[in-house]
Amino acid sequence: MSFAATPVSAPKIGGKLASRLACVIVQPILTRLVHKIAHQHPSLFARLGGHQATDYLIDPVDLPFALHLRPDPTALILRAVPRDTPPQANAVIRGRFMLLLELVDSETDGDAAFFSRALDISGDTEAVVRLRNALDDMDGSVVEETANMFGPAGRAILARLRRSYAQGAKGFGAR
Amino acid sequence: MTLAELICPAGTPAALRTAVEAGADAVYCGFQNATNARNFPGLNFTPDELAEAVAHAHRHGTKVLLALNTYPPAGKFDLWRDAADLGARLGVDAMIVADMGVADYIARHHPQMRLHLSVQAAASSPEAIRYYCEHFGVKRVVLPRILTIPEIRQIRTEIPCEIETFIFGNHGLMVEGRCSLTNYLTGQSTNMDGVCSPASDVEYIRSADGSMASRLAGFTIDTFGPQEMAGYPTICKGRYIAPSQPDGYYAFEEPVSLNLSRLLPELIDAGVHAFKIEGRQRSKSYVRNVVRAFRQAVDDIRAGRHANMADLIALTEGQKQTQGAFETKKWR
Repeated sequence: MSFAATPVSAPKIGGKLASRLACVIVQPILTRLVHKIAHQHPSLFARLGGHQATDYLIDPVDLPFALHLRPDPTALILRAVPRDTPPQANAVIRGRFMLLLELVDSETDGDAAFFSRALDISGDTEAVVRLRNALDDMDGSVVEETANMFGPAGRAILARLRRSYAQGAKGFGAR
Repeated sequence: MTLAELICPAGTPAALRTAVEAGADAVYCGFQNATNARNFPGLNFTPDELAEAVAHAHRHGTKVLLALNTYPPAGKFDLWRDAADLGARLGVDAMIVADMGVADYIARHHPQMRLHLSVQAAASSPEAIRYYCEHFGVKRVVLPRILTIPEIRQIRTEIPCEIETFIFGNHGLMVEGRCSLTNYLTGQSTNMDGVCSPASDVEYIRSADGSMASRLAGFTIDTFGPQEMAGYPTICKGRYIAPSQPDGYYAFEEPVSLNLSRLLPELIDAGVHAFKIEGRQRSKSYVRNVVRAFRQAVDDIRAGRHANMADLIALTEGQKQTQGAFETKKWR
């Protein structure tokens, strides 16, 4: 099954331009990141099984773009895509950016995020479960490894994002 | 006072290391096949991973229990036999079994292996438990979640083996090993294929108003309002419309988790040897937080201190918790 993700909101013209610009800016970072993760954590591909060729749309609702992931070890794809024209995807994972980062690092429990409705998944549930279990078997912090790629500036941005998310989470109560 | 061992779940090697670090006395896990009741996509251990996991756990003084707690269909016993042989070769500390044939095979071919009777065996009477002890040398029974603490205390006096009870996690229909609800919709068996509500048959549909329907094999089994907490997509937790219940109701069980943190002293006093945390399908985050909380609580109780439990409500299904039948037979 393949379907297009529903855009959360229709960006204005300026928003569309900003979204495309953001995609261009972050793409080199994403490419570097996904190859680094694949190199350091090769065992995660085995847990994906037949879903190495699955197209995932990861949609951080508070960013101006979404992410297209195809975890094929022979042709890895992690690219930023405009949120108003998402690609066809087999599975969609949607939530706030920092929540998604915490799930990648297993700082937050995915089932609990799903129960609280902070995490929304649609499409191929098995694909999502396999990706979750593959990521959960990784040791270390992908998020901190990513921040470290950019030195003190990267770590400062991460710290700021975490503070901002913690304050936002209080405002959202249980969510 | 019993040792009150803490038995913790691990769906991946990383989760096992997390459980060990968080203070598990023993970790239970399974192979990547139908021999265990959490045969989920991307979960569980390869033989090489289990070998490393056993070595890691033993270096830290933690035991590893291998779940072989499903029922082999006729003519397919080889998978369970091979898993038992492999587990014995890898040096696991005990095997958790439900099927009498599996128990008999291990008792005959690996007589030194310690056997625990899985909750999937649904042995809840002294007579049933004694049968497994006498015929297969079972050393511990994991009790079904249908007994009150006074009943557990009484059973303890009538059986020759240790008792393990669940203390936290999924609280499903309390006929473990007998439930066939998922078979009707998916054609797969919880008890023989090791998976309830296979992920490949689960679908979540979001509506424009923010509500979410969970479907299993094309059948809607619940719809959650925009602000409503969700639960697992299992038939036993489904909400159904009936002539007398036009707005829908939970016919079997609600989305809720078991949490016996307040009953730990009574359970220890009743003679429970080990406390089991459910959740091999959950994340390292869940394992870390739940194991740490119960490690602290059990240590406090054993030291004669008041147990100050961390709040685990955020990790419960539907963000609701219950003491179930342990508190009262009136539950559901």
